This record gives sequence, C-alpha cells and structure tokens, in this order.
Amino acid sequence: MSTPSNTVPGSPLELQVTAPAVITASRRMYWSVRRELWEHRSIYVAPLTAAAVFLLAFLTALTLSPAHRHEPLDIPYEFAAALIMGTGFIVGIFYSLDALYGERRDRSILFWKSLPVSDLTTVLSKFAIPLVILPLLSFAIAVVTQFVMLLLSSAVLLGSGLSVGTLGARMSFFHMSLMLLYHILTVHGLWYAPIYGWLLLVSAWAPRAPFIWAFLPPFVIWGVEKIAFSTSHFLGMLQYRLTGPEPSTTTARSGNLMEMMSALTPVQFFSTPGLWVGLAVAAIFLAAAVRLRRYREPI
Amino acid sequence: MACIEARGLRKAFGTTIAVDGINLRVEEGRILGLIGPNGAGKTTALNAILGLTPYQGELKVLGRDPWTERDQLMRDACFIADVAVLPRWLRVWQAFDYLAGVHPRFDRAKAEGFLAKTNIRSASKVRELSKGMVAQLHLALVMAIDAKLLVLDEPTLGLDILYRKQFYDSLLNDYFDRSRTIVVTTHQVEEVQDVLTDVMFINRGRIVFDCSMEEFESRYLEVMVNPEQVAAARALKPIHERQVFGRSILLFDRVDRQQLTALGDVRTPSIADLFVAVLSNQSGAAQGGTR
Repeated sequence: MSTPSNTVPGSPLELQVTAPAVITASRRMYWSVRRELWEHRSIYVAPLTAAAVFLLAFLTALTLSPAHRHEPLDIPYEFAAALIMGTGFIVGIFYSLDALYGERRDRSILFWKSLPVSDLTTVLSKFAIPLVILPLLSFAIAVVTQFVMLLLSSAVLLGSGLSVGTLGARMSFFHMSLMLLYHILTVHGLWYAPIYGWLLLVSAWAPRAPFIWAFLPPFVIWGVEKIAFSTSHFLGMLQYRLTGPEPSTTTARSGNLMEMMSALTPVQFFSTPGLWVGLAVAAIFLAAAVRLRRYREPI
Repeated sequence: MACIEARGLRKAFGTTIAVDGINLRVEEGRILGLIGPNGAGKTTALNAILGLTPYQGELKVLGRDPWTERDQLMRDACFIADVAVLPRWLRVWQAFDYLAGVHPRFDRAKAEGFLAKTNIRSASKVRELSKGMVAQLHLALVMAIDAKLLVLDEPTLGLDILYRKQFYDSLLNDYFDRSRTIVVTTHQVEEVQDVLTDVMFINRGRIVFDCSMEEFESRYLEVMVNPEQVAAARALKPIHERQVFGRSILLFDRVDRQQLTALGDVRTPSIADLFVAVLSNQSGAAQGGTR
C-alpha cells in the first residue's frame, strides 16, 4: 500500500527499478473507495452535520430547560443514533443513484475506463459505500455523539449537584453501542443490500433522470397489481424490506427502540430467508450493473 | 507482433453502419493519423480498439481482445478520448494519488515533472483550470504512464493554437521514443502532418487511403501550374485540380518531379489537400490514385 512518496528514501537503487509494481486487487479496491470519498464528500459531511446539529439542540435543551434532566436519559440517545443512521441511509440512496450515472453525465467514465480498473472493481467499490462505509461511519459518528452527550449531561448533572444516574447511563452506553453496531451492520448493511443494488443498477442503466427510473417501476408494479389482482403483495414485500426483519412494530411500539432492535438475535437474523433472498437479488442487480457499465458510453 | 491488428472490423448502430469491414495493421513504433470527416467512423473504430464498444470481426490490440480484456489492456495502453473528460471535482494531487494507486506503470515523479513546467498547482481542482490547462494535465498524466499504445481522439479540440502546438511538441519530445505507438485523430490536419509516420483516411466506415509519410512525400506532388501550361499539365492526369487566386493547382500521383517542374512551382501537398482530393474522387467515379 505504498505510494511513491513513501517509498524508502534510503534506497536509491530501488527507486531506479523500472519494473512495474504489481498492483493487487485489494489495493485497486482501496483506491477506488478513496476515490468515491473524494468525489462524494456528503458521505461523511452529511452525518457529521446531523450530529453537530443534534448536539447543538441537545446542549440548548440541557441548559435551557432543566426539566430534561429528570427524564429517562435513553430517549435522546436513541434519537441521536436514529437521526445519524437515517441521514446515512438517505445519503446512501442518493449516492447509489448517482454513482454510475454521474460518471456518464460528466463524461469522466472515459477517463476511468482508460485506467486498468475493471468494471467489477468499480461497481463493487461503489457498492461498498452504502453497504460498508456509510454504516460504519454512521456508527462511529453516532457513538462519538452519544459519548459527547453523556459527557455534557454528566457535566450538567454534576454542576447541579445531581450526580446520580451517570454511572447507570455509562453502563447502558456500551450496551447501546453494541446494539447499534449490530443493528447497523445487519439491517443497514446486509438487509438493505438489494435496495442499494437496485439503485446502482438503475444508475448504470438510466439514459436520464435515474431518480424517476428508480422509483417509477415499483410504483407501476404496485398499481398494476392493485388493479389487476386487487392484491398488494408487492407493496407488502417492499414494506418488509424497508422496515427490516425485526418483529412487527405493533408489538414493540410501546417498548424501547433499543429493545426492538435487539429483539432479533443473530441466529434468527441469519436464518431469515428474506436476508438470503435479498442478498441473492442484490448479487443479480450488481452483476447486471457491471455488465451494463461495460456497454455504457457517456450520455 | 503488430500493435493493432483488425480484420473485417464492423460495427453497426441499428441500421447505421459506423464501421464497415476495416482491415488494419499498425506496427509498433508508428504514429498513425486517422483522418476523416465527421461521422466517418473514426471514433467508433477507436472505441472498438480501446474496448469501449463491442464489435464484429477480428481485432487484437497488443495481442489482446479489447472488449473482453479492457482492464488488462489498459496496463499497456492509454487514451485521451476527448478533451475535458477529467472529472471536474478531481484535484491534481488526487489524480496523482489515484493513478499511483491503481496503475502499475504510472511514474508519479515524471508526472510532477511535466506539471512543474505549467502553471497548474497540485491543490487545484479540474473545474478551476482553463480548458488548455486541463489538456496539459491530462497529457501529463498520460505521458507519465509507460504505455505501449497511446490513442488520442481529438485531443486538442477547442484549444487555442499555442496549447495545440505545445501539446504535439511535448508529445514528440518528451514521450515518443520509437518503441511506442500513437494513434491520433484530429481535424487540425496541418498541425499533425510533420508529426505522423503514417496516415490513413477513413470515410463512411471504410479505409479509403493508407500510406506511410515517406511514401506520401515521394508519391504525391502538387503543382501551381503556369496559366499557359494548364492543358499540358492536365494531360498528365492529375488526381485533383483546384483554383486559388485564379491559378490552377494540380495534384499528381506518381508523376516524375522533373516533368512537373517545367509546368510550374512544385511542392509536397498537405494531407488536407490530398484528403479533399481522395474524398471528392471517391464520391465521383472510380479513382486510381488510392488503393
């Protein structure tokens, strides 16, 4: 993983060697992902902004209305996590729609194709953003935000002489982080994979307006099914995909959000057929996107 | 091994035939100019050579099938498909980092050396650069890649004359070393005339003319005929005739130079003039001057 700038300076002979370095597939992937982060700064700017805005609001609430101090501390923590994760999800959707469309629109696909990077590597690196990078980034930002919240509220509590409860909050903090990581990797990574796959496929194919092409077909299928068969299996399928494999919200609505997230054990999650069907569908979408990119020219 | 070898290369878009059975052989170390009118099929042929479009017929570039092995081919080949294909968000240092990261033959120090001769700073974004500077940057990136084949499709379109001159100068002086092969298409034919080693005319998807520059210079002569000798000159069967300021300029193929000197001022024609001659003959009756 060495760029020429950090080759050992003490060995001039090595620098003279003209034999081309072997570039491994993982190195190519690494730089392709970095390339995406350079191009789409919203990947980290948006969740960071969400976190900053939330912290500002939290601080305001903490200092202005002392009533908050006596409320259960879990709720704003969950809300912070949900806000950041939600931001990450929305960024993921817009990113995926633009990923293979934008390079055709600005003709830069001709530059990328002039380099020894296969279409498979390119599409996979773009898929890795919503699947791996965004969830991990959202998780890291959420945990840091929650930690800052914990410090802030501890400081305020200590300042007002009410030192009770901080320990309890800290205990549940680690538990919460773990739950969050589990939820984010399973649901936002694996469960949503076919959604991102579909968006990338549309992005690779759409002659224009990928947004419309991504959302119109599901709408049409729903409409046709409704009129022709008076059923709404397709809508139910979409709902199931969007809400996640967790038990229906009706039972958990009264309960804690964290309990709802943790209601599904890893064993249950990984034995849900929906997960594997979803991953298979995602693989088909991706394979189609790779093939399409090979044929695609600038718009 | 030939650098590019095509047999019966064909490509149709629906009912429009863009490339109509091209046979082509480009040896190593040549600088080939592919000249043709708009829509002649130049870009389509190049796209097939670069693995950007599927095709019919046989095609081998550096011994590979470009359509199925584009990414391997791009280790040894490189192209500038058009001016301004560098993404506008890209910073110069990011371009260097990325190329160093993915390209086994990219020499970062070399690229930085080329760029040091320009006004481009490494923190600049492509969108902040002028069109000419973007072309300079792209050329710097490409020249720092130790490739066997470089394809340039209208690399200087829309650039002013200074940048165009500089572009071909640095290409010849800093890049070309007789073991590389360069294929270039352009409309500014007169600017590449001295650069090329081979020239090829393409029209309506077919190669209508193909010769080396040495052969070109020995075969074709242009004579500004003295008014009283026009009839005598026409008797030598020029392949083309045009009028400039009331004087006839006749283009001859394989006619003895001394014979022509008696008729007027003799000189080597420009590629552009020969191109016009070949194409206008083509649209008329059968022509003997080309093969």
